[in-house]
Amino acid sequence: MLDFIIGKYNYWMYIVLMMVGFYAMIGKRNLVKKIIGMNIFQTAIILFFISIACKKGGATLPILEHSQHDGAGHAVNVSNYLNPLPHVLMLTAIVVMVATLGVALAIMIRMYREYHTLEEDEILRMLQ
Amino acid sequence: VIDQAPILIIVIPLMFAFLTPLLGLVKRQLCYYWAILALSASGICAILTLTSLLKTGVIHYDLGGWQPPWGIEYVIDHLNALMLVLIAATAFLAVIYSKRSIEQEFPEKTAAFYTIFLLQVVGFQGIVITGDMFNLYVFLEIASLTGYALIAIGEKGALLASFRYVIMGTVGACFYLLGVGYLYMVTGSLNMADLARLLPNLYSSKVVLVGFAFFMAGVAVKMALFPLHVWLPDAYTRAPSPASALVAPLMTKVAVYVMIRILFTVFKPHFSLEVLPLPEILLSLGIAAIVVAALMALAQTDFKRMLCYIVVAEVGYMVGGIGLANSVAIRGVLLHLVNDVIMTLGLFAVAGIVTFQFKTHTIADFHGCFREMPLTMAALVVFAFSIIGVPPTGGFFSKWYLIQGAVIAKNWLFVIALLTSSLINVILFFKIFEIGYGFTSTHDAHAHGERKAGVKEAPLSMLIPTLVVAIGVILVGIYNQPIMTRLIQFAVPEL
Repeated sequence: MLDFIIGKYNYWMYIVLMMVGFYAMIGKRNLVKKIIGMNIFQTAIILFFISIACKKGGATLPILEHSQHDGAGHAVNVSNYLNPLPHVLMLTAIVVMVATLGVALAIMIRMYREYHTLEEDEILRMLQ
Repeated sequence: VIDQAPILIIVIPLMFAFLTPLLGLVKRQLCYYWAILALSASGICAILTLTSLLKTGVIHYDLGGWQPPWGIEYVIDHLNALMLVLIAATAFLAVIYSKRSIEQEFPEKTAAFYTIFLLQVVGFQGIVITGDMFNLYVFLEIASLTGYALIAIGEKGALLASFRYVIMGTVGACFYLLGVGYLYMVTGSLNMADLARLLPNLYSSKVVLVGFAFFMAGVAVKMALFPLHVWLPDAYTRAPSPASALVAPLMTKVAVYVMIRILFTVFKPHFSLEVLPLPEILLSLGIAAIVVAALMALAQTDFKRMLCYIVVAEVGYMVGGIGLANSVAIRGVLLHLVNDVIMTLGLFAVAGIVTFQFKTHTIADFHGCFREMPLTMAALVVFAFSIIGVPPTGGFFSKWYLIQGAVIAKNWLFVIALLTSSLINVILFFKIFEIGYGFTSTHDAHAHGERKAGVKEAPLSMLIPTLVVAIGVILVGIYNQPIMTRLIQFAVPEL
């Protein structure tokens, strides 16, 4: 059981983080806290994707070193390198997440100008 | 040019969108014609793609010459060629329609509006055209983000509605992204065709099951499937009328398209519909959506809000139809997808005209409208008949296929739900017709009496698109057979 938890601790962290974010989005009534929750939720997914890229047995970053002796001719052993694709996907996902955060913040600023508060309950009362 | 048409559908509005704010600096009025130009060019490319598809069969377009599964691939088959043309047509009509509403509601934001508008069309077209799971996620987020922004422009309360939509929509998109991650974990591929080839050996894997569940949950949020529909009524009611004419018909329907794609292209129908208990789940959610949304629609006094619940019910038709899991029902679903885009566009266009004339959109506003705006109301009657399912409008034929499918599947509950919802739609719209003809002279009508003295027919830039959509509804009904045999038939999976 303990091995199950420790051996895959990054996946457990991803689930914990995601639930923290999820709780903040659902449970909190303050709009800033909701946005922070949303961001934690998205970050958890980045952690998940980065974990996928890992390989057992000391794989390193996918940077090819050209050896001095034989130029470009030596074979690349895939198992020595991490899978770069999830990282690349996450670069795109980070851009998307930043954009989401930007839109959410922009909406929030306009709401603050209109209602002078960021508590959802108070805004709802004003809308009645 | 014809070879490059698939990519041009996306690239033209994208490039035009970037130049729109600059043009807005020079002259604001030009943005309108600029957007029309962009969308007509993109629409022509969509039509070219459709015709070359009909000639040559499925089109594969590799971006940047990278071979799939490594590169991103655009795949155009019969289902998404139809969707591409449909989205292009909807966007084109919505942009023509938007002019007067914008002048009235937020003239200072014209350039910003058209930038976001074009980007949203890019998002929709991209979701439909792509053959790559991650690319679909990016386009899904483009469409959603622009949707949030468009809704936030709207009337009082739009900001909070939009904020809630941001929160829910992000959860939906993140679930979709997780689904992509889980499938990538076991297959190492993002290409839909490649996944379809690799996955059958892995159907027993728990990872695939979890990924599948994430996909379904994520897409269900985006399509506002009951009980995840709570964001929709507020957001679409508060949205400014030119925006709701674009967002309301397309966002939910594109999400339904994504669901169909995942169920039948990425996964095999045999896995989606037979191995898992998915049909039962989809059917019960669909039936619940139809019944609850129809009842909620009955309780509304706001016309736009009533339409929102009708949209939720229509999503229930389609999801329930997929749950019936036979080829007749799936045909009905695909035909209904086409019909529903057109009908919803028309209904929200009428709602926009009402908002334009009276500054509000309650049902009581319709008092005496048949005398003052005969053409608009004639269009409304056509849309109402299509929603109810009166031949020869499009809605009749898709409902006919759905009911036939339900009878084949011996699912009487779905038949009952469909008929009940149709009857409730009759009540909903005849209530409006009654008010519109001025048969009910309540105290409400008197209050509206003087104010509406000077109301005339809607301006031409709003009226013509609405009438074109009304004609479209009838044409889709009359030509449902060619649409069925030349396009939809090929898109139905073998069950």
